[in-house]
Amino acid sequence: MATQNAPGGTGKPGTARHFKVWRGDESGGELTDYQVQVNEGEVVLDVIHRLQATEAPDLACRWNCKAGKCGSCSMEINGMPRLGCMTRMSTFEENETVTITPLRTFPVIRDLVTDVSYNYEKARETPAFAPPTDLEPGDYRMQQVDVERSQEFRKCIECFLCQNTCHVVRDHEENKVAFSGPRYFIRAAELDMHPLDAKADRKEYAQASQGLGYCNITKCCTEVCPEHIKITDNAIIPMKERVVDRRYDPVVWLGSKIFRRGKQNEAVQGQTPRDPDELGSVHSHAGGSHEPEAEVGAERGVHWGRQVPHPTAPPLDSRGRLAISEFTFDKAAAPSPFGDDVTFPLPAEGLNYSHPDQPQAKD
Amino acid sequence: MTTRTAPPPAGLPGSVRQRAAITAKTLRTDRWWFAPLLTVIGLGAWVTYATVRVFMHDYYWVEDFHYLTPFYSPCVTQACIPEAAHFGRVLPGWWIIPDAALTLPFLLLFRLTCYYYRKAYYRSFWLSPPACAVPDGHKTYSGETRFPLVGQNLHRYAFYAAVIISLINSWDAVLAFHSPKGFGFGLGNLILLGNVVMLWAYTLSCHSCRHIAGGRLKHFSKHPVRYRFWTFISKLNVRHMQLAWITLGTLALTDFYVMALSAGWFNDLRFIN
Repeated sequence: MATQNAPGGTGKPGTARHFKVWRGDESGGELTDYQVQVNEGEVVLDVIHRLQATEAPDLACRWNCKAGKCGSCSMEINGMPRLGCMTRMSTFEENETVTITPLRTFPVIRDLVTDVSYNYEKARETPAFAPPTDLEPGDYRMQQVDVERSQEFRKCIECFLCQNTCHVVRDHEENKVAFSGPRYFIRAAELDMHPLDAKADRKEYAQASQGLGYCNITKCCTEVCPEHIKITDNAIIPMKERVVDRRYDPVVWLGSKIFRRGKQNEAVQGQTPRDPDELGSVHSHAGGSHEPEAEVGAERGVHWGRQVPHPTAPPLDSRGRLAISEFTFDKAAAPSPFGDDVTFPLPAEGLNYSHPDQPQAKD
Repeated sequence: MTTRTAPPPAGLPGSVRQRAAITAKTLRTDRWWFAPLLTVIGLGAWVTYATVRVFMHDYYWVEDFHYLTPFYSPCVTQACIPEAAHFGRVLPGWWIIPDAALTLPFLLLFRLTCYYYRKAYYRSFWLSPPACAVPDGHKTYSGETRFPLVGQNLHRYAFYAAVIISLINSWDAVLAFHSPKGFGFGLGNLILLGNVVMLWAYTLSCHSCRHIAGGRLKHFSKHPVRYRFWTFISKLNVRHMQLAWITLGTLALTDFYVMALSAGWFNDLRFIN
């Protein structure tokens, strides 16, 4: 144990620090105490890796890049939502107990790993980028000054710390149906401010289907964002103001009547706004365009009747759990997500998709 | 290794996964309650002072130097001192009616619906939430989707009103250079001017103003002038919180200074006349 704990690099020798880590799954769990060696320059994720290598090889934790760019190691450290890889141990006192818990807003799978599928569902519901119909891909031209507001929101690494912190869903589970959360408000703002996005009803959508009105701008999303995106000031408040333009502001309404501004915009965009009543029912598809013709086109090459192999569930260890750590597993790497019995490339006749430009798949 | 397979993934219809059963309401170890506490003390003290002053109906005008406190600007009731009423006296002079009854409600509305103050009082007074990752103090939550809070969307109109009121306050500061002896200039003028400058900075840094000036455009490149306005207001907007507190300070200071001069507690430091 001592050799494993010894610091690998140069610098001051490490000191043993006290940690409490939440261990358990959906049936229950508790904070477990650990003494872990901490070396100079380390971050909380390093400590979790040392725990996995020593006392707790079955501690489950999602991580990937260790550089604050993948958004995997979101957790709550001393109660604050943070990235494990970007929280330096030097920010804590030497004798301070560091408590590490999973994200509270999402269902727990095991230990520090949570099921964040809520966010993916909301992502699927958000209408995708819709360029003008007469523009071919490759012909998109825009000015930097027009697109730079949208670019701020492209910094998002989807760590979902903002989604986790937002009290609208954190403290009120029932709001998850109506509320998409800050990550999808910046998505809505990104597209609404995008110079080449021709979809005219994003404001109505944000208000009616994303639950923009639930936000009471208490700015916790901005506080926890590891990419320092000004979520509230640059996305949520501008979106709220844009909704006010459309729904509550008679001055804007009068202006657009007198100067026919709204009409011009619609002519330029080549689209008419959708009936708000339609919203909410039409945006349940995964990505892509929402135009019926486009969807028919995309599905032309898909042969839906073909028998496809069912996905294989991953193997479990002797205790019926997914093998989280390589140390306790009898294979060199993680099991294949396609099933360990699948080899690539798959035989072409077993595929259920053929490119639309090539001969059609036959039943 | 066993060949058992995992159960079907949860999250499918019919299966509801549970959150981690963490008993502590919050595990934050820092002083998260400190900022809301400061807000409660700060806003509480200011509102108390302002209420007392507004219903005092006295010590708001310095005859010698023509100083008028912003809390009584413009003075529009019958109870106003005629020299202080620059815009006429149109309302009855009951004590329950503030002497600046035509402006104070709009100023109150402007600050109540301000995106910064909303954050401040939702956190500190309404505890929704008191701090990040600290539980909301309420069982249910509908945000600003219903009456009365949907009315926060009126912020823009309050902003239009606040611009007009800032013009009136600026006019008061200009008039104060003209005392009965002709042109005059003292410390009170500096205080009135400083207050007006800060009020303009706060009013223009408003999120609604940022939106109106250019934020609502889709193509900045087609509106270079509005883009410059937007850029300027964006720079101010970053300081909106600081300006919100600074203006509370300058308003109270200006009012206190005028009250002190008017009550004769001390004399104005005069540079000219």
